[in-house]
Amino acid sequence: MTTIAHSPHARAANSVSRIMATVMLALVPVTLFGFWLNGWPAVYLWTVSLAAALVGEAAALKFQRRAVKPALLDGSGVLTAWLLALSLPPWAPWWIAVVGSLFAVVIAKQVFGGLGQNVFNPAMAARVMLLISFPLEMTIWVPPMSQPGLLDSLAVTFGGGQLDAVSSASLLGHVKTEFSRGLGLEQALAGHYAPLEALWGRRSGSLGETSALLIFIGGVFLLARRTITWHAPVAMLAGVALPALLMNLVAPEHYADPVYHLLSGGVMLAAFFIVTDPVTSPNTALGQLLFGLGCGLLTYVIRTWGSYPEGVAFAVMLMNAATPLIDRNIKPRIYGRTRQGAPLMTRHAKKDAA
Amino acid sequence: MKLFKMRGGVHPEARKADSSERPIRILPLPPLLHVPLQQHIGAPAKPVVRVGDKVLAGQLVGVGQGHVSAPVHAPTSGTVVAIGDHPAPHPSGLSAATVTIAPDGEGRWFEYEVPADPFALAPDDIAARAGAAGIVGLGGAAFPSSVKLDASRQSGVDTLVINGGECEPYLTCDDRIMRERASEIVTGIRLIQHAVGATRALVGIEDNKPEALAAMRAAAAATDVQIRAVPAMYPMGWEKQMIHALLGREVPAEGRSADIGVLVHNVATAWAVQQAVCQGRPLVSRIVTVSGGAVVAPCNLEVPIGAPVQALFDVCGGFRTTPARLVLGGPMMGQQIARTSVPVVKGTSGVLALTQAEIGLTRPAPCIRCSTCVRACPVGLLPLEIAARVRSDDLAGAVALGLKDCIGCGSCSYVCPSGIPLVHFFNYAKGDLAAQARSKAKQETTRKLAAERSARIERIAREREEAAAARKAAKAAKEAAARAAATTEAAA
Ligand code: SF4
Ligand code: SF4
Repeated sequence: MTTIAHSPHARAANSVSRIMATVMLALVPVTLFGFWLNGWPAVYLWTVSLAAALVGEAAALKFQRRAVKPALLDGSGVLTAWLLALSLPPWAPWWIAVVGSLFAVVIAKQVFGGLGQNVFNPAMAARVMLLISFPLEMTIWVPPMSQPGLLDSLAVTFGGGQLDAVSSASLLGHVKTEFSRGLGLEQALAGHYAPLEALWGRRSGSLGETSALLIFIGGVFLLARRTITWHAPVAMLAGVALPALLMNLVAPEHYADPVYHLLSGGVMLAAFFIVTDPVTSPNTALGQLLFGLGCGLLTYVIRTWGSYPEGVAFAVMLMNAATPLIDRNIKPRIYGRTRQGAPLMTRHAKKDAA
Repeated sequence: MKLFKMRGGVHPEARKADSSERPIRILPLPPLLHVPLQQHIGAPAKPVVRVGDKVLAGQLVGVGQGHVSAPVHAPTSGTVVAIGDHPAPHPSGLSAATVTIAPDGEGRWFEYEVPADPFALAPDDIAARAGAAGIVGLGGAAFPSSVKLDASRQSGVDTLVINGGECEPYLTCDDRIMRERASEIVTGIRLIQHAVGATRALVGIEDNKPEALAAMRAAAAATDVQIRAVPAMYPMGWEKQMIHALLGREVPAEGRSADIGVLVHNVATAWAVQQAVCQGRPLVSRIVTVSGGAVVAPCNLEVPIGAPVQALFDVCGGFRTTPARLVLGGPMMGQQIARTSVPVVKGTSGVLALTQAEIGLTRPAPCIRCSTCVRACPVGLLPLEIAARVRSDDLAGAVALGLKDCIGCGSCSYVCPSGIPLVHFFNYAKGDLAAQARSKAKQETTRKLAAERSARIERIAREREEAAAARKAAKAAKEAAARAAATTEAAA
């Protein structure tokens, strides 16, 4: 006992790996649902994503001569790859997962200095990169419950060339296309959108984004475990829902209602699992509210007026970039001081001033 | 009754039941008592006894020096066997001036005069008696109580807050003293109230101590001392947190609670005031919680000041395993000690022998910016940002973010999932700041001395020059006069 340790001499039972494991646990229901809905190709894609992230991160750490084991065991790389996999088209070819995962853990994370140093959410950065670089592979969807056998599935994921056979459209993409053909919203949605199905998740879409309900359950679990706080998720959902409500009231034939927007695409997954990423979101409750609101608003704007059918990933990256600015300007008031940092007035000083 | 909502704070595992259910026991007198002359904030006391002197319990052995100081008394009757350095209860393990007494086992008291009606005493007389009894804040801060009483009376406080929060895990000494000595505490509270002229007295007790609350309520029933339950959370015992919970008032930064009309004392301090004023007993013992996973039978002991920590552990059955860490005080803010030979002092609320599992040591991981520390900080600081500044040696940046407002409560370190020793960084930086301030003061003095010196040299040189110039001028004038005279002569 030669070194003298500083207080406190106790520590909460908590660790980075425990946080990551809790988030992964919350993702299990929606992931299993995705596997069931999309069959073996989804399982392969998920596995390839995680494996690529582990190998890529280990190599990057080795290259920097940093300890590999603690960094891999903290689980952050696996979680990133998991989230990325959930946002991919379930029948995407294997190399999409590999390129995406490597980009996420090596470029978007390790190049910035590793865990805690990255500015952008790695999963979202990888998703944006893939969307821009491989628009075709990233927007091919399969009808729900098309479940090929084990071997056929291998051909889907690793064989290539199966894409044409199964092309379908995600709802957001479909509506956008129909709009561009001059059709109204009601016609565009006819036979494609049923709110209840969207809630439960039996529809085309990314591997883990179709079941709003299961994502919500995972999110509530994280809230109950205090792994995340409500601020950013609620603000993001409000940021999508409020403008949607407004536009829908103004011109219902052109603008979909808020429920449609909340239940489509990556909004739910992002609200509970992406904008709550500690590293790339602000540090204060108010900052997180602003951040979530910004993510929601930008998502709506990009979806509605931008050239991409889905805007979640872009919106999150834009707000990631704004996070240092938010953190610099929004700080809690220090006890005994005004917001500006001056000491509060004493009773006597107040009396003197009066 | 309205309670005000607090921000921040954590809920560490309380571990209080280990020691709270056993009555206070008296520690048997150890063979030697090492009574340090400085057990308080301020100047050390000056010894007034000599080696070989016989002393009685409560007899003065050291007088306070200067404005902020406190006297020290013999904890029991016996002989002074040494006056010199002994390891102090401090993490550094350094030695400090100490009076060592060998008890004679008779426990004879020095008789002080006791007033027939203590409430008939003049207010400043009560403060003087508390001061003469060597009473300091027993919550851990060990600030001389009479100084606080005098200052409060002068600036005028309306409310006396008595802190029965005891929010540190493991510690139950205040809990036990409230359960067992409630009526003495209430008398002490009323005496303090009388001493400072406060119009009301509130006692805040965490709601995880129902027995203490009941005992205090019963004892205070016939008085106007008000007992209030406050939510159990750390750091409720931080006096500003307690003031906020009870009154909703906020102490200005860089100020004291007296600035908003409040005086705060700990429950055990109130007990000590009662003992001093009503019984004529100076502060020579205190209740200490002995606990921790490595201790066989944790409990609370009434301990004479100066008893070695080892004696406390021995009475509690010794260690069940080798402790991983020994701590004076609570686990959140207490200090690690290197050995058990150090003495118990007035500010020692607990001695803990903790196991590795309780400390929960891990190797620090990178900060994941999870802001758990931000939510935990009761002051409203951004611990992660301050730590980042300290790490990159940007002391000014750390100060701008409120480093000096940090109370070192440890809430942030406690909750950090990455196990980052945030408080360690802050203490280190505060140490640097203090060193900077000292060297700046020293530089100032040096600069001033140097400036004075060069001014003096300059002055002397100038005077010399002036004198020389004056002489030269005089000489020139004389020569000119002589020349003029010569010319006149020649002309004549
Ligand atoms: S709690 Fe620890 S890991 Fe989280 S932000 Fe604070 S310092 Fe960083
Ligand atoms: S130690 Fe300082 S920074 Fe940490 S929680 Fe306490 S007051 Fe806040």
